[in-house]
Amino acid sequence: MGRYLIRRGIVSAATIVAISIVVFGILAVAPGDPLGEFATNPSVPPERRAELRASLGLDEPVPVQYWNWARLYVQGDWGESFSTKTGVREYVLGRVPVTLAVIGSSFLLGILIAVPIGVVSAFKQYSLFDQFATTFAFLGFSIPTFFSGIVLIYIFGIRLQDTPLGLPFVFDRTDPLASNIKQSILPVMVLGLAGAAGLTRFVRASMLEVLGQDYVRTARAKGLREQTVLIAHAMRNALIPVITIVALQVPEIFGGAIITEQIFTVPGIGNALISAIRSSDTPVVMAITFGVAILVVLFNIIADLLYAAFDPRIKLT
Amino acid sequence: MSQEAELNVSGPLGASTPRADGVVVPAPGLRGGLAGGRAAKQPKHRSLWGNAWRQFRRHRLAMVGLAVFIALILGTFIGSPLYGRAIDEPFEYDASLGFSRENLLGTDSLGQDMLARVLWGGRISIAVGLTAALVAIVLGTAVGAVAGFFGGVADTLLMRVTDMFISLPQLPLLLLISFLFRESIVNFFDERFNSPLMGYFTLIVVVISFLNWMPTARLVRASFLATKEKEFIEAARAIGANRSSLMLKHILPNVLSPIIVAATLGIGAAIITESTLSFLGLGFPSDVPTWGRMLNDAQQQLQLAPHEPLVPGFFIFITVLAINYIGDGLRDALDPRKTQ
Repeated sequence: MGRYLIRRGIVSAATIVAISIVVFGILAVAPGDPLGEFATNPSVPPERRAELRASLGLDEPVPVQYWNWARLYVQGDWGESFSTKTGVREYVLGRVPVTLAVIGSSFLLGILIAVPIGVVSAFKQYSLFDQFATTFAFLGFSIPTFFSGIVLIYIFGIRLQDTPLGLPFVFDRTDPLASNIKQSILPVMVLGLAGAAGLTRFVRASMLEVLGQDYVRTARAKGLREQTVLIAHAMRNALIPVITIVALQVPEIFGGAIITEQIFTVPGIGNALISAIRSSDTPVVMAITFGVAILVVLFNIIADLLYAAFDPRIKLT
Repeated sequence: MSQEAELNVSGPLGASTPRADGVVVPAPGLRGGLAGGRAAKQPKHRSLWGNAWRQFRRHRLAMVGLAVFIALILGTFIGSPLYGRAIDEPFEYDASLGFSRENLLGTDSLGQDMLARVLWGGRISIAVGLTAALVAIVLGTAVGAVAGFFGGVADTLLMRVTDMFISLPQLPLLLLISFLFRESIVNFFDERFNSPLMGYFTLIVVVISFLNWMPTARLVRASFLATKEKEFIEAARAIGANRSSLMLKHILPNVLSPIIVAATLGIGAAIITESTLSFLGLGFPSDVPTWGRMLNDAQQQLQLAPHEPLVPGFFIFITVLAINYIGDGLRDALDPRKTQ
C-alpha cells in the first residue's frame, strides 16, 4: 500500500507537471502576448510596454519563464490578477467553496437518483420501468447542460414564477444563506440530472452482472428474502465499480459546472474562468485551469483508494 | 461525452450490454440453431454488412434515430438553399413573432426568419460534428493502431501521451485555445482564402478533435493487442504480408466495429462541444447562426419570446438524441455475440 501510494504519487506529479507545461506552453506561444499585461493595449506606449514585459520577466526564454512561474506557484504566490489587481490565490480560492458546494450536492443528487433506478432496472430487466429508465437515461445524456438549464429556468423560473414551485434563477451574491439554498436548486438539478443519466446505466449494467453470479443464487437458495439478496448481497458488490465511474465523471461535472455557473450566474470558479478568459486575465485563467487539472488527478487517486478499500480482492501494489 | 464513457466501460462491466428498446436478446448458444434454420430456407448469400443491417433494422429506436438524422441532414443541407429566405436581413419581418404560417418557427428579436437561420446554421453544426468526429477517429485509430501493433517503446510512449491528454482539463483548455488563437487563425484564413468562416470552422474542428481522440486510441490499441495474436494474423505473416498490409488489411477490418460505434457517438459529442463553445461566445460569431450561437444570442429573450432560445436548443437535443440511438443500434448490430 505504501509503495503503491509512492509510485502513484510520482506518476501523478509527473502528470501534473506535464499538464502545467502544456497550459503554460499554449499561453507562451499564443499570439497577442497573453502573458504580458497591456500587451495589446494601443494606449500604452511601446517603451512602457517593454518595461512592463521586462518587469514580468517576459523577455526571458520560455523555459526560464516557466520555471519562474512554477517556483512561485508552488510557494503559493499565484500572481496578481490583471483586471482586479488583487492576489489571484485569494480570488480563486474564495470562489472554490461555492463551486464545490454545487458540484458536491449535484453528485449526491445524481447518486441518489441513479442507484435506486439502476438497481430496480436491473432487477426488473426489460420491464416497463426499465424501459422508462432507459429512455430517461438516453434523454439525460443527449441533452446539453446549457439547454436543460434554460428549459428548467423557463419552467420553474418563468412559467411557475408566481406559484409556490417558482424558483430564482439568478444568483444574488449579497443574499443570506437561506436564499442561497433556494437559488442553488436549479443549478444542482441541472448537474445532478446530467450525472444521474449516465450513472443509471452503469449501476444497471453492474447490477445485472452481479445478479448472475453464483453467490446470489446461493443466497436465494438459502431462502433469504429477495430484498435481502438484492440489497445486502447484490447491491453492495455492484456498487464497487460504480465508485470508479463516479470519479471518472469528475472532469465532466467540472465542465458542466462551468456552463451551469455561467447560466445561473453562480459566483464560482467556472464563472470566474469565463470572465477571466474574456478579459484576458491570464494569471486567473492559468490558476483555474491548472487547479481543475490537479483536482481531477486527485479524484482519480481517491477513486482507486476507495476501490481497494471496498473490494478486498484488489491489492494495490 | 458521457456516452463515450459508457461505451468504454460497459464492456468489462458485463456481457449484457444494455439495450435501449428492451428487446430480449437470446443467449449466444441459441445462435447456431437459429441461423442454421434460417439459412436452410434462405440460400441467398448474406454479407457481414448485410447481417449488421438486418440486425440494426430490428432496433426500432435506432431506425427512428437514423430517419431523423437523415431528415436533419437533408433538411439543413438541401432544405436551406431550397427554403431560400435570408438569414441576415434584419427587420424583414416583425420582431419576436411566435410560430405562424408565414414564419413557421417564428422570428427572432431582429425580425429574421428563425427557420431560415435554424436550417442554415444546422448545416454548420452538423458539418462540425461530422468533421471533428472523423478527424478524432482517424487520429485515435492511428495512434492506437501503432501502439497496439508495434508495442514496446512506441506503445509506452504513445500511451503516456494519451494518458496525459486524458488528464487535461478539457473544457477550460477548449475555451482558452479558441479564445487565444481565434483572431489570428480567422485572419489567416480571411487573407489566404477570403473566408473567415473557414477559419472558425478549422479552429473549432481542430480544437474539438485534438481533445477527443484519446478514448478511440485506447479502444483501438486494446483491439489491436488482442487481434494481432490470432492465428489468421500468423497465417498472413507466414504468406509474407508486410507490416502495413497486416495492419490495414488484416487487423483493422476486424476491429472496425467498436471504432464505428465510437465514431457515431463522437459526432453527437462534437455537436454538443461546438454548441457549448458557441453558447459561451467562444465559437462561431453572431453572423454565423449555428444552433449554439443562436441559443447564446437569444438567451436573454427567454422571458419575452421563449421560442427564440428553445427552438435552436431543441434542434441540438434532437440531433444528439438521434445520433445516440443510432450509436446504440450500431453497438448491438455490430456485436457478433448478439447476432440473431
